[in-house]
Parts: sequence; C-alpha cells; structure tokens
Amino acid sequence: MKTVTLTVKNVPELYLECENVNPDAFAGKTADQIAKLGGYQGKEISTLGDYFTIAGEAGATAADTKIIVNGDCTKMKYLGAKMSAGEMVINSTTDMYTGSWMTGGKLLVKGNVHSFCGLAMKGGEFTIEGDAGNYLGAAYRGDWRGMSGGVLRVKGNAGSDVATFMTGGEMIVEGDVDIHIGTHMEGGKIIVKGNANRRVGGQLVKGEIYVFGNINVMMPGFKPTGEVDLQVDGTNAKFTEYIGDLGERHPKRKGETVYGKLFLKQ
Amino acid sequence: MSEYIIKNGHVFDPVQGIKGDKKDIFVKDNKIVDKVGSGAKVIDASGKTVMAGALEVHAHVAGPKVNAGRWYRPEDKHFDSHKTAGITRIEGGKSIPTVFKTGYEYARMGFTFAMEAAMPPLYARHVHEEIHDTPIIDEAALPVFGNNWFILEYLKNQEIENTAAYIAWVLNQTKGYGVKVVNPGGTEAWAWGLNCLSIHDPVPYFDITPAEIITGLMAANEYLGLPHSMHLHQNNLGNPGNYTTTLESLKLAEGVKAKNNFGREQVLHSTHLQFHSYKGTNWGDFESGAKEVMDYVNRQKNLTIDTGNVTLDETTTMTADGPFEHHLNSLNHLKWINVDVELETAAGVVPFIYDPDNAVFASQWAVGLELALYAKDPMRCFITTDHPNAGPFTRYPRVYAWLMSEKYRNERLNTFKKADKVISATTLANIDREITLYELAAMTRAGPAKCLGLSKDYGGLKPGMNADIAIYNINPDKFPSTGPEIEKAFAQVAYLFKDGKICVEEGKIVDMGKKHTFWVDAKVKENKQVMHDVREKFLRYYSVNENNYSVPESYAPHQHIISVDATQA
Repeated sequence: MKTVTLTVKNVPELYLECENVNPDAFAGKTADQIAKLGGYQGKEISTLGDYFTIAGEAGATAADTKIIVNGDCTKMKYLGAKMSAGEMVINSTTDMYTGSWMTGGKLLVKGNVHSFCGLAMKGGEFTIEGDAGNYLGAAYRGDWRGMSGGVLRVKGNAGSDVATFMTGGEMIVEGDVDIHIGTHMEGGKIIVKGNANRRVGGQLVKGEIYVFGNINVMMPGFKPTGEVDLQVDGTNAKFTEYIGDLGERHPKRKGETVYGKLFLKQ
Repeated sequence: MSEYIIKNGHVFDPVQGIKGDKKDIFVKDNKIVDKVGSGAKVIDASGKTVMAGALEVHAHVAGPKVNAGRWYRPEDKHFDSHKTAGITRIEGGKSIPTVFKTGYEYARMGFTFAMEAAMPPLYARHVHEEIHDTPIIDEAALPVFGNNWFILEYLKNQEIENTAAYIAWVLNQTKGYGVKVVNPGGTEAWAWGLNCLSIHDPVPYFDITPAEIITGLMAANEYLGLPHSMHLHQNNLGNPGNYTTTLESLKLAEGVKAKNNFGREQVLHSTHLQFHSYKGTNWGDFESGAKEVMDYVNRQKNLTIDTGNVTLDETTTMTADGPFEHHLNSLNHLKWINVDVELETAAGVVPFIYDPDNAVFASQWAVGLELALYAKDPMRCFITTDHPNAGPFTRYPRVYAWLMSEKYRNERLNTFKKADKVISATTLANIDREITLYELAAMTRAGPAKCLGLSKDYGGLKPGMNADIAIYNINPDKFPSTGPEIEKAFAQVAYLFKDGKICVEEGKIVDMGKKHTFWVDAKVKENKQVMHDVREKFLRYYSVNENNYSVPESYAPHQHIISVDATQA
C-alpha cells in the first residue's frame, strides 16, 4: 500500500469542499496530479495544491492507497466522502460530511467531526476518536435511505438525529447521545454506551438499539417484554428488553410480527 | 439580420410530407424562408436529420406543485447536479429539475416548446415566475378547471355561456392557455374525503357527475373556439380495470365538432393514457387494455392522446389528482404532501420508484409503449412521460429508442425479473412495429403543434413558419443499430435553432435565445352574471383580493398572445 500525506498549509477562509480527497479520487495519481485536483471554496474553484502540501504518491487502485491528513482541517468538508476502499487517517477535527456515503475502506478521524458525517454509509469502517455532531450516520436531508452497512464508531459523544432511517450495519457511540436516535430505523444495530436524551427509537420498525446508561424519557410506544443477559460490544450485562414502536406498521415473518427492539442496561 | 442555409440534411416534415429527402432549409431572422442572400451562413447537415423543434404537450415543469416537490425532495438533486459551464448556470435535480436545468435539457433534446400541464389559477403568478426563469424554450400553462366551484355551479345548471365567460376571464387573469381538467369532480370530492372513480359518481354537495363536467367543458371550449381542446386527465387513474372508465369518458366526445380558427381537429385531448389503460380487477390479474383503448382512439377522429410512458426510474409523482396521490402514498409509504387550493383545485406529491423488478411497474412500461405502437395516426398520438409522474422528461431519448428499435425494447422486456408475467399480461412481445423518423416527427412536432392550435407557425419546416429547427446526428441511410446509439443521438442535438438563433451546438448551450410565454386572450360578450359571481366569491371565500389574483405583465414580460373572438358565438 502506498501512502500520500497531505499537510494543510493554508486554512481556507470559507470552507473547502474536499470531494476529491479520498482514495478513489487519488488512485493512480502522483503528488503533482493530486495537487491539481479541484475543490470549491464558496463558489470559487481552487486546487488541493493551494491548501495542502502533498507528499508521496497514490497506489494504482483505491484499495492500494492510504491517505494521511495533517494540520488544521476544521474548515474542510467532504473528507473521505464516497470512498470505496483504501485507508484514510485524519489527524485533526473536521467539518461536515466527513466519510459520508462511504461504501468501503477504513477512515479514522483523530479529532471531532461536525454534523452529517457518515451519512447513508453502505460499508467500511469509520472511527471517530473525538465527538460527532448531529445527523451522524443518518439519511441525507429528505431521503428515506439511511445507513445500510459498515461499522461506525464514535469514542466521544454524538449529537441528535443519529442513525435515522438506518437499515443495516452497526453504529457504536461510546459516550452520550442527544435526542431522536434511530428514528424510522428498519434494521441494523445502534449501541450507545453512555446516556441518551429523549425520543430514542421513534417510529422504530425493525433493528436493535442498546443503551448502557439512562434514557431521559422513554417513548410511549415501547413495551417491556423481559430481561436478557447479553454480550454487547465486549461487555456482558443484564438488559431489560422492550419492543416497539407499537405505533408503527411492522412486517410479519412466518405469521409472527417482527418488532424493533430496545435494550436498556440494568 | 441573420441568415442561415441548413444544407443537405435529411428533412422529416409531416407538414409538407417530406420523408427524409435531402433538402436545404433557409432561415432568415426568426422565420423559415424560400431563399436567402449569398452572405448566409452555411450549416452542413449532410448525414444528419433535420426536424422542426419539438413541442411538449404535457409536463409539470413550473409552479407551486413542482416547487413543493423540489423543496421536500432535497435528495433528488444530490446525485444529479452539474456545475456552471460556459453560459449555463448550475443544473440541479433529476425528476424535479431546477428551472434552468429544465430549459437546458429540453433544448439539448431539440425541444422548443413545453406546456405546463396544471396551473392552479390562484398561484398563476408563481407559475409565470418560474416560466419566466426557464431559459430558451417557449412555454404556456393550462389552468385547471375540472374541480372549480364556479364551473361546477354553472355546469350543474347547464350554463355553457357563463362557463365560457368564466373560462375566458380566468385565461385572461392568469395568462393561461386552455382548459385542463384533472380527475373531474374527484379532486373536489377529495376535500370531502371521497373520490369519483367512475364518470357517473356524483360530486358531493354540487350534485353533478364527472360526465356532465367533461361534456360541459368540451362545449364551453368549442363555444370559445380556443386553440387547444379540453385537456383531460381522466377519473380512476392508475387502477386495474379502469379502461372501461376511460372508454366511457372518451365516448363523451362522440358527435362533438371542433370549432376554431387554428386548424385543430380534436375536441378532447386525453393525457397520459398509459395510466388509464388497465384491465383486470386487481394488481394480481392486471392486464394491458392498450389495444382496446387504442382501437377506439384510432376510429374516433376527434380525439388526441399522449402516452405517459413509464421510464423505470426513481421519480416524483405530482398531480392535481389529490386522492390518487394519497392512494399512492398508502402503497409505497414514502413522503406525501397534499396541497389544497381554495375553491379551485388541489394537488399531491409523492416520490415513486418504478422498480423494473416489480411486475406491475414493468407492465406499466409495456402499456405505455403499446399505446404508441398501436396508434394508426401519429398525428394524434404524442409521446410524453407525464414528466415527472411516469419518469423524467430527460428520458425521452430512451423512450424513442424503445419505440424505434424492436430489438432494444425486447432486450429490456426479456430481462425483467418477472418477464413471463409482463409478457403474458401485455401484448408488447407480439408487436414488431418500429416507429420511423417520419412518424416520430409527427408524434413530437407536427401532431402536438396541431393539437395545441399552433400549426400555423410551429411544428413544421414550411417557409413562413417559425425557425425552430432541431438537427440530430442521425443518418437515416445508416440508422443507428443499437438502442444506446439512438438514445445518444436524441439526447444531444447537433444544432438547435430557436426563433432563427442557434441556441445549442453539439449538446452545448451557446445562446439563451428569446423565450416567450404563450397565452390565449378570449373575448366574450359582457357577462354581468359571471362578474358578479366572481366578485361575490372573492369577498366571501377567497383569501386574496380580486386585484391580487391577476398576473400583471411584469410577471410574464415576453408574451405571445393568441387572440380569440367569441363575442359573435
């Protein structure tokens, strides 16, 4: 695997849209060619070379390319967006849409990320060492197709509207989350190791939500069905199982109604 | 003064009966002429196809309903947007494109006119603002009348003269073009939580039937002698077994004669017929009724139709047929908006995915193509996708390719996941007809122009006509052998002349041209009764003042006014 190292030399005045900073866009290019890739700042098109010092070269394919980004990326949007393979490490805090529409590969952000990150993720691994903003791993605005695969892990806290319309994959938030987690969820798994604010699993159809801490206010559409011992993300514990959201239409399989499940650690 | 000679192109023009002969076309200023001076610029069209600019008879491209779709479907633009290039602005959206993309895409495909198919009179200003912002193509809009309180009250008492006077007033106030009818009676019934699924279901409170509304509006339309006929979206759209309703409503036109000075022969245009040509009792035993419907249409000369071809894409359905949109939403459980427009009409919007793996959608695709292939008179059958209801208009090239190549459509038909079911439910597999370029010119140019009452100036290449000309990279002597090649050729014109100006060159927009808004100014005898009713309804029920209702010239600054005098009628 070949490595390209980007170091921020100029912090953009507005925000830089780094749609071209991902292994797919870099594949098969030399440092000079990468420097000529475009990016919008406001309505002006500039090149990556205007903002980054670029060292190394990319592999022949995305899978063979590793990108390391150093320096202050707080004003960079779309880093690693739509990546399908390869690896990316960002040693900074980033702005919106980081790792959105990922279909494969590994993305690691060592700082925080802003809102709309990991949107509608289909595959790969996305790890955030700091905190995440709102709409993490959610569906794009207005869309009904959310995260459907891959693993998204946040070591800090996450904001509101996390993993809305999720249909598959796994999201782990090691800290706390705000309101509206897993709204309209139809599959997949959300694990919250800290506390959750209100309205967890609104309109939940299918899928599983695990909460290790407290839920501020439970949704009225959930019904406790018993206690279970489970191993969740490496932790063994006793959970109270709820089914819901009872106000929704639920599919039937072999004559039995399939409900979404919420597990609250005791 | 600009002059052009379009040299050696293969010309297809049903107006003059030219079927691909090599012929030079001369353009002077904004007109096609017999000859030009020696300084004229020569456009080499050898090995290319030359047709008049195409006319769209039915699409939803401007207005509050389209905009509702735009703002509640931000995801529609997300993966289909183009940045500015040259003189063009950002183009966004797939099924509900921005006004700019709408204009550019129509022009790239060789269109020079588009009809916005449903304008709520109360929001006419908004429609005209969007029309004004749509570049290059000429446009007009049809106000909706089929569920209007005034109309329902007048027709209940069979007051054709008052109905006509009211239509004339609305056309004048809203800068409208003709009489659109959507689910007559059904949309009003929807305000009561009901629908009119047959043409004999009474409308609640008004105690009138859809059949009476259709007959009455046809009579009023001919009383006025408008350029376009009544434009009908029938009752019971999209339900298995609805072809009987369709035939019943078409039969209402029997014996009605067209009366106008525009060369129009039909008295009823039945739109997106694909959605109205289903047999069976449910989606399980669903069958195509295209043959029965087209057999009738072929015999009955005072009808025109457009197809409403399903293109098998993700799209956004939007119609003034409010109850139908609610029904759709209960089928797919995606987003739904309903908009009620006071006394006049309503609308609904629902995103829709025509998944080719689904036997119903694949069959709908087949029905749309059958309609066009069964049409005996291409001057009375037009190709549409009821944009964006059955698919985005940008898919026209693909629809043309399916119609022009039996091989291409059979490839699609036989690779459906449920191909057996589609083949047994429809007759498409047995049709070997391939639409020719000449027939296509009739279906997309001469026919629509005649149907809209514009045949004097548009839809042909006869000297004296408007210089709206599309030149395609198609050599009729070596017609493209594969579907994708046909598609590509129709998606990007070699040249598009709009009013004698080159606006598109090899698919690239080079000039914004001069666009016009067409509307019909119908003069009627002074009618105190109608004006009294209008005033009273505004005072009692409308949320706006009468003076805030009309569309001032500043909203539609480039007008092309078609005058009609019905004072002697």
